[in-house]
Amino acid sequence: MQAVIQGPVYVVGDNIDTDQIIPAEYLNLVPTIPEEYEKLGAYALCGLPQDLYPVRYVQEGKLDSVYPIVIAGKNFGCGSSREHAPIALGSAGCKVVVAESFARIFFRNSVATGELYPCESENRICDKVKTGEVAVVDLDACTLTVSNSGKVFRLKPLGDVRPVVDAGGLFNYARLAGMISGEARPKANQPGNRTA
Amino acid sequence: MTLTEKILARAAGKAHVQAGDNVWVDADILMTHDVCGPGTIGVFKREFGQNAKVWNKDRVVIIPDHYIFTCDPKSNRNVDILREFVREQGITYFYDVIDDPAGSWRFDPAAGPVKRQHGSHYAGVCHVALPQKGHTRPGEVLFGTDSHTCMAGAFNEFATGIGNTDAGFVLGTGKLLLKVPATMHFRLEGKLQPGVMAKDIILHLIGEIGFDGATYRALQFSGSGIPHLSMDDRMTIANMAIEAGAKNGIFPFDGRTAEYVDSRTRLNGTKTTYDPVEPDPDQNFVFEHVIELDKLEPTVACHPDPARRRLAKELGHVKLDRAYIGSCTGGKTSDFVEFARILRGKRVAIDTFGVPATPEIVHELKSTRWGGKPVWEILVDAGVHLTENPGCAACLGGPLDTFGRVNSPLKCISTTNRNFPGRMGHKESQVFLASPATVAASAVAGRIVDPREYS
Repeated sequence: MQAVIQGPVYVVGDNIDTDQIIPAEYLNLVPTIPEEYEKLGAYALCGLPQDLYPVRYVQEGKLDSVYPIVIAGKNFGCGSSREHAPIALGSAGCKVVVAESFARIFFRNSVATGELYPCESENRICDKVKTGEVAVVDLDACTLTVSNSGKVFRLKPLGDVRPVVDAGGLFNYARLAGMISGEARPKANQPGNRTA
Repeated sequence: MTLTEKILARAAGKAHVQAGDNVWVDADILMTHDVCGPGTIGVFKREFGQNAKVWNKDRVVIIPDHYIFTCDPKSNRNVDILREFVREQGITYFYDVIDDPAGSWRFDPAAGPVKRQHGSHYAGVCHVALPQKGHTRPGEVLFGTDSHTCMAGAFNEFATGIGNTDAGFVLGTGKLLLKVPATMHFRLEGKLQPGVMAKDIILHLIGEIGFDGATYRALQFSGSGIPHLSMDDRMTIANMAIEAGAKNGIFPFDGRTAEYVDSRTRLNGTKTTYDPVEPDPDQNFVFEHVIELDKLEPTVACHPDPARRRLAKELGHVKLDRAYIGSCTGGKTSDFVEFARILRGKRVAIDTFGVPATPEIVHELKSTRWGGKPVWEILVDAGVHLTENPGCAACLGGPLDTFGRVNSPLKCISTTNRNFPGRMGHKESQVFLASPATVAASAVAGRIVDPREYS
């Protein structure tokens, strides 16, 4: 994937759990079936309470979001082990979630699927940026820059997980690294990377 | 080494590991269900090929339990996908909803949600079915595509939840790369007072360390209180390790563990041998904490997260619309028995739903009699809507026609494990987590109350 991700940000608070990322009623969708993968994207973050989040991450009737960058507070992705969570975000077009901290399984699932980069910020950002502002995430420089204000926030290095997401997930990475046999799947054919 | 480190070292073939090490471990059991199984199978076939075989057909355990008793066609189809895979792979342990291995599952709405619709192999909620069917053993490594897989830590094993992609990898190779978690040590000392339950211990603990207080860590329990805790109690506690963000929770091995595991493995003809882990003198803990069980009081986690801890007696002003008893952590026989003890001879004042975790629990509640009356009947007479169709049901909301689902902005008190916004259905509903005793007493009062006033 690219080292620089630019676009409008979608901002959420602390403890956004997997039920808010993808409500349980949509877990009947199987992510490895292409039409159902697409549909999961339409529901990404639709469990957020409307009074706190009047702007939806994905507009009603759309499959994709206009926000490639999600900014969150602490403990993003807590709760269930459902891989549908990073997949719904990735399917909707999210490329990176920048959070103060992540819950363990969500972080791991993001990396294993290669759906998105789970980046931790050095300081809390979610109170200082608003949904719709344009920002640039530079994975090499480890920064998030808000385009209008020029304000720069530091990100923690992704370290060993970056090449796994770059490769398109655990299996592709393991094949490229010679850990398992077979050819890596071309990323363009992998659901979630169709726009990458 | 801590208990978790000892198991992971053994599973990695190493003499020693420590927190922070990344190690490849061998899985003893991989469990999956109807919500994550089809996706896991999809990953397995995409990555290892359409004709690939699972690494070990005796070590993959498939337990449909989440979205079973629903008309939703995709959910019914997902059970059929599992059956097809089991047939193709020759998988030994599949607890199907129906008895016909060539059939397909369709819920019959005309027969209703209460009357039994499953066949004789169905086992109910995976985390309770695993031990009941003889698949939990001390010292082993259990992976499951469900975050509450950590419940099996009650049996002195390393058990943790993983995603579909990781599970697809395990299906093909039997291995997974893990980071060894640092261990937090909790000494449970003394004995619970009457009216205070295992659920109160874990709700108290999560309140102490916070909702993300154990992220990337293991919880290890010890202390003079452990021998007083039944296996059901230990399961209730280990189940909610994930609610503090933990990778796993683990109990020491003792006579009670052996008794349970030995009887269940013999009964079901599963592997009877195992090698428990005992604590070393030189364990490294990142955190130590003592919980004096005698001092605990009935505890509630308020909406919207499991760490919003209050005492039940402080919440008398919270009026309720619904009560719910069920799930892996709160739908076991002992949970229903305590529920019935409080409700006996009384009537619930609000809509109260009960979903036993497994068919075996349904059977036990129907066959256990108090004063000539089955516990099941005591509950029904008190006004509880009880179903003979065990499963995860409304604990996680599920499809719209799920039994007990909170379909409007209600306030619900529940013995389940999560209370995030929308967890049991409607986005604006609120869930309060509490012990079966507190939920029962609150169902009678129509508001949150301390169960000690009702026993």
